[in-house]
Amino acid sequence: MNVKAFLAAVLLAAPAGAQGFAGLGADAQGFAVPQPGQPLAFPQDHGAHPEYRIEWWYLTATLTGPDGTDYGAQWTLFRSALAPEAGTGWESPQLWLGHAALTTPDAHHVAERLGRGGIGQAGVVAAPFEAWIDNWQMVSRAAGGADALDAIQVTASGTDFAYDLALQATGPLVAQGDQGYSVKSAAGQASYYYSQPFYQVTGSITDQGRVIPVTGKAWLDREWSSQPLAADQTGWDWFSLMFDDGARLMGFRLRDTGEGYTSATWIAADGTPRPMPPGALRVTPLREVPVAGRDVPVVWRVELPAMGLDVTTTPLNEQAWMDTLVPYWEGPITISGTHAGRGYLEMTGY
Amino acid sequence: MIAAGLSALLSHWWRRPMQLAMLLLGLSLATALWSGVQAINAEARASYDRAASVLGQDGLARIVGDGPVAQDAYVALRRAGWLISPVLEGRLAVPGSSLRLIGIDPLTLPPAAQQVEFGQGDGLLPFITAPGVMYVSAETAAGLAEAGLPPLRVADSLPPGTALVDIGQAQRLLDRPGEISHMLVWPDAPLRDLPPGLTLRQPEGASDLARLTDSFHLNLTAFGFLAFAVGLFIVHSAIGLAFEQRRPVFRTLRALGLSAAMLTGLLLAELLLLALVAGVAGVAMGYGVAAALLPDVAATLSGLYGAEVPGTLALRPGWWATGLGIAVAGTLVSAAQSLWRVWHLPLLAPAQPRAWARASERALRWQTGVALGLLAGAGGLIGAGQGLWAGFGALAGLLLGAALLLPAALSGLMALGQRMARGVLAQWFWADTRQQLPGLSLSLMALLLALAANVGVGTMVSSFRLTFTGWLDQRLASELYLTARTEDEAAQMLVWLETRADAVLPIFNAEADIRGQPAEIYGMADHATYRDNWPLLQAAPDVWDRMASGQALLVNEQLARREGLGLGDAVALPGGGALPVAGVYSDYGNPVAQVILSTDRLLALFPATPRLRYAIRVAPDRAAALAEEMRAAFDLPPENLADQAAIKAFSLQIFERTFAVTAALNVLTLGVAGLAMFASLMTLSAMRLPQLAPVWAMGLTKARLAGLDLLRTLLLAAVVMLAALPLGLALAWVLLAVVNVAAFGWRLPMYVFPGDWLRLGGLALLAAGVAAAVPVRRLALLSPGDLLRVFAHER
Repeated sequence: MNVKAFLAAVLLAAPAGAQGFAGLGADAQGFAVPQPGQPLAFPQDHGAHPEYRIEWWYLTATLTGPDGTDYGAQWTLFRSALAPEAGTGWESPQLWLGHAALTTPDAHHVAERLGRGGIGQAGVVAAPFEAWIDNWQMVSRAAGGADALDAIQVTASGTDFAYDLALQATGPLVAQGDQGYSVKSAAGQASYYYSQPFYQVTGSITDQGRVIPVTGKAWLDREWSSQPLAADQTGWDWFSLMFDDGARLMGFRLRDTGEGYTSATWIAADGTPRPMPPGALRVTPLREVPVAGRDVPVVWRVELPAMGLDVTTTPLNEQAWMDTLVPYWEGPITISGTHAGRGYLEMTGY
Repeated sequence: MIAAGLSALLSHWWRRPMQLAMLLLGLSLATALWSGVQAINAEARASYDRAASVLGQDGLARIVGDGPVAQDAYVALRRAGWLISPVLEGRLAVPGSSLRLIGIDPLTLPPAAQQVEFGQGDGLLPFITAPGVMYVSAETAAGLAEAGLPPLRVADSLPPGTALVDIGQAQRLLDRPGEISHMLVWPDAPLRDLPPGLTLRQPEGASDLARLTDSFHLNLTAFGFLAFAVGLFIVHSAIGLAFEQRRPVFRTLRALGLSAAMLTGLLLAELLLLALVAGVAGVAMGYGVAAALLPDVAATLSGLYGAEVPGTLALRPGWWATGLGIAVAGTLVSAAQSLWRVWHLPLLAPAQPRAWARASERALRWQTGVALGLLAGAGGLIGAGQGLWAGFGALAGLLLGAALLLPAALSGLMALGQRMARGVLAQWFWADTRQQLPGLSLSLMALLLALAANVGVGTMVSSFRLTFTGWLDQRLASELYLTARTEDEAAQMLVWLETRADAVLPIFNAEADIRGQPAEIYGMADHATYRDNWPLLQAAPDVWDRMASGQALLVNEQLARREGLGLGDAVALPGGGALPVAGVYSDYGNPVAQVILSTDRLLALFPATPRLRYAIRVAPDRAAALAEEMRAAFDLPPENLADQAAIKAFSLQIFERTFAVTAALNVLTLGVAGLAMFASLMTLSAMRLPQLAPVWAMGLTKARLAGLDLLRTLLLAAVVMLAALPLGLALAWVLLAVVNVAAFGWRLPMYVFPGDWLRLGGLALLAAGVAAAVPVRRLALLSPGDLLRVFAHER
């Protein structure tokens, strides 16, 4: 077992065997477990929750260049705790993992960073809000009085790409599930989950040395938990859809050995969330392509009959494979059908 | 027919088991020496590679500071976009010795540096939190059972004496919180500006250890090869004899219808079989040789270069294969001439005695020409080329040239003896000796090589020892050497010593790059101890005054030679500034560049230098008492206060071990040469009957003949010994003036030791006498009928 595999296993916390995707199905012993009926509190919930096993700050942006070319950008900071305490210095059990990606119609650039908590190389502070690993940053630019995430600056770079994006929210934070308590399986596994799906983006991307000004939309997800998946769940297909009429849809299917578990939140243009009951969302893979030596469904039919939604999603780049310690597919998509718009698709466990 | 032919051929060996033993012994001895040396080299190289590849240090650039680097500087660089990983290295004391402790951050470690297999099951948390987990090699783990260290895990990719822990645990164990030693840079990572005080150092292609120890291994290889070549002389003789004696059998077999191709094929098969048997035995013996020599080699490498080599030998399949391969190749080379003769054997030609004696004059002239060419080439290499390969090239040319020249020289000498001889018997003696030369020349050449190597290496080692001992006396002028455990303790000791010692001289040192190479920088106090004793090879007139005022510096011979530094040349110092060289001092036994400044200047450049080591001057007869008092007063462990004699003894011990291997190989080579001579004489004695029979028939007794034969052998050995002297001295000169300078960076004066030569000469005569004893005895015991039969059968 080399260090890379070793890290892949421990970083996303798998104390006993491979259970579910990246060990997320492991038990939560010693770690805090999300409870229903506990409202989110800001700004402190923008920061880290070291007593929970896993947490992320997850931004996806659909962008367009001056010539109309579409791009996608991803900025993710994962926190993974080996033990439910903050700790200090090198002995802190808090580990950090950053993923950054830039997707163009014919390329998908990926970079990954790892860091230890406790020495200042990576971390998140709630106020003034800053999330960072190495020279990648997500920093609040919000005016006094506004929520810290209303305006943020996001930067990251890899060997062959970089981006620097200014994000301005045009709507409120949205609590997913039941006031932020998001159930992930019929057995009751859950996480805390809220989003800011209403960002307008301006900034620039650098694609192999070429600097391109871009504009677009972005979606930030915040989620933390200690055991978000049931042991038999093997991965998920997760959609963040931003429709041209201003409405948003967050929906996912957790795959297991049986029917799977779907969940969705419809978000009206004014930010009012409307959680859907389990099973209300239907997602159907339409076309699989070989990606990184495996078959990955890249074209999907997404149906939410309660809202009269029946759309097809197609990727900007079918090969949006995140070749990271724990590999997955993540890339921008275009929506057509009853509703039009753009969004992001994440597929894990393939 | 094939089976019958094979059994006829093989029956020869059953009837002459001694000959079979000689052949197998020669071949397996040659293989053993060669593969033993190869095994030692392979083991040592493998461990250098392991040492160098710990953290991929052989292929990764690194960022270093002038001294230790603050952990915050690492975090700042990461946050500026540098893809780097922190490393903290230090010595961790364990009972009886110390470990090279390496602290790493597994999360940021570049893939090239990740060669340790982290254990499954317990994961990262125990590794990064106290007490941590320590990875060591199995050998190291065995010695650390009760050392009170963190839980141990075995990682065989680690070199011995090295322990790998998390960097946080390393900071705790070494008591260096917030400190790192250097940072490894990810390959292909973007390079950015570095803040002052930090420098980017590109990876060094070959590891320092591999480079430093190259000479040592080349030395061993050269000896192994010499021994192998000498061993092949035995094989050649034995095969030649066996073929010669079986000529009638060959003829009979051919006459019975066995084709030349088939006969040659059968002989080849027989030889391959013998080569394989001897090769397997040889490789097994080589393993024994290596296992016996390795502890000394390991001690040498560790004492001289700080290279940790395990004292036990791993069996490598590649090494077995090459050992067998070289045995087979050696056999074929030795047998080529004989096989060629069998192939061209005239079917009906009478069984004439072998025509060894009729080696044509032209061949000898040609050989002499080649010899002179080789000698000239050796001279040219010494004149034009510098460096290790030029040195060894010159050695090879010298040895081979001299060996090839030997037959012609001996032949000339015998001709001279013949011309000056009075009386028939004396003339016959010289002529007969000359007649035998072609048959003996190969073994005489082997003897020459062995003797010359002995003289040369002996002279080199003895010269080195003499110089080294004298140098140690100068260099270790102080009576006691003190290492305090903390600076506070050092301060108390200084106060304590004020009234008790004549002088206390600080020995502070720092490490930094000088002219792009890692160097030690020492501070030197202004004191008569140094003014009177320090071994300067070159010095400016006012060297000590300029040193005292911080206006100049001293460099060691290694640095001066490598960088071509002379008196007055400026040497840039880390942190700016430059000082002229005011002196060059000899610094034997140290492979690293060294610079000496005044103590004040050193402390100004490196304020963080630990002030722990001091030399104490006191009247020699009071030294022991003072040491005793001091150990008691400060509860000082013995190793923290060493007296001059102990350090000298330790240094000399390292020195002796360095050359113990050389000496052992030398003796073995001489032994092999003796065997070669024995084999040749056995061969000749069987073939010489036709020449002896007429002399006997004319009235010379067998005892007289036997006595003359013994005399002849001793005479030849003596002449070879005389020839080996100048050759050996030339060899020693090349070793001292060329090879040592290239390998170690120092040049030693050459001293000659005639007493050693006498002893060696005696040994050579004894070996020749013993080698001749069996054939001579056989001659003396020959029945008259045997001699008479010569006339009946052969003539």
